[in-house]
Amino acid sequence: MEKSLDPRIQRLDIQREEPKTPDIKTHEYWSTYEVFVQSKRGKQHVHAGTVHAPDPQLALVFAKEQFGRRQHCVNMWVVATTEIFAFRYDDSDMFETVPEKLHREPGGYKVRDKIEAYRKKISQQKADKS
Amino acid sequence: MNKEAAKELMLKMADDALIYGHRLSEWTGIGPILEEDIAFSSISQDKVGHAWQLYQLLEQDFGMPDPDRLGFERKESEYKCSQLNELYTRDYAFALIRHFFMDHAEFIRYSLLRASSYESLAQLAKKVRGEIKYHVLHADTWVKKLGAATEESHSRMQAALNEAFPYALGLFEPGPFEQELIDSGVFIGEGQLQAEWLDEIRPIIEESGLQLTSNTEAITGGRSGNHSSDLAPLLEEMSEVICSEPGASW
Repeated sequence: MEKSLDPRIQRLDIQREEPKTPDIKTHEYWSTYEVFVQSKRGKQHVHAGTVHAPDPQLALVFAKEQFGRRQHCVNMWVVATTEIFAFRYDDSDMFETVPEKLHREPGGYKVRDKIEAYRKKISQQKADKS
Repeated sequence: MNKEAAKELMLKMADDALIYGHRLSEWTGIGPILEEDIAFSSISQDKVGHAWQLYQLLEQDFGMPDPDRLGFERKESEYKCSQLNELYTRDYAFALIRHFFMDHAEFIRYSLLRASSYESLAQLAKKVRGEIKYHVLHADTWVKKLGAATEESHSRMQAALNEAFPYALGLFEPGPFEQELIDSGVFIGEGQLQAEWLDEIRPIIEESGLQLTSNTEAITGGRSGNHSSDLAPLLEEMSEVICSEPGASW
């Protein structure tokens, strides 16, 4: 086999064998874990991404550097991906709302107009004063 | 405070962090899996950061040259790193065992230094201790896992441990100012550190199914500038860029 050009690899002096067919079992061993980070105590843990790991302990070790390195965080969860249960995207029409039920969305409340009117009134008063 | 004593202590800590950090960084891009590559690289960056902060204190409080010159432009015999950290990395088992020995010692050292009478060093210790706590977690997790995983992983870890242990004991080679450091409350001393370190690592090694060799003689010399033949090539590689254009600003 060809020698690596990387001096770090050369120093390791690895006696390489011809590549074999991948060992399926080995690949299965490295399952994935979903990582949830908490930015502040009391706040919810938010999904940040996925890491490969052989067990939950190493998943936490990896998650800390993958997702805790560049953002402030106080805690982390890891959950085996196989333990997550989800809807199928085929069923996403379940989430659609018929137009007649717009009153159930927060945007539908009439109070928003009142708040807007009040804001206008206040800023008008301020402008009059100055 | 005895200035020479504090200087001696910080210089060896800084050199340890720099050389060890450089050895860790040699895995960047060739780690066993992506996540581990990132974790190990990140730890190496932390170490170089600790070295930089210590060199900076040496410049500020003791009038030594700036961190770049201290880190890259000294003669081999002026480096006070322990031989454990300069040894070229045999394989991943060796890298992990060194990491395990070194970071347990670092964690206890910095924990103790939080109470140092030298205020700047105590502040620094409080700041970096959390990072080292993670480094210890990383090392422990791997040592426990590979110590007990398969026959091959066990025997490779045990071989690495046997080779590294005498060098690890060299981490606690007493310096010329041990008594001054203890008397002035700057540091509790290498002897006490080594005792606490052994208490800490023993149960973890046992849990991992590995064994510490008994009656092991420490391999020393690094603290007085006597190094193994592995340091010179490492320093040459490390300072290759800075020496290509002396005095250039980066």
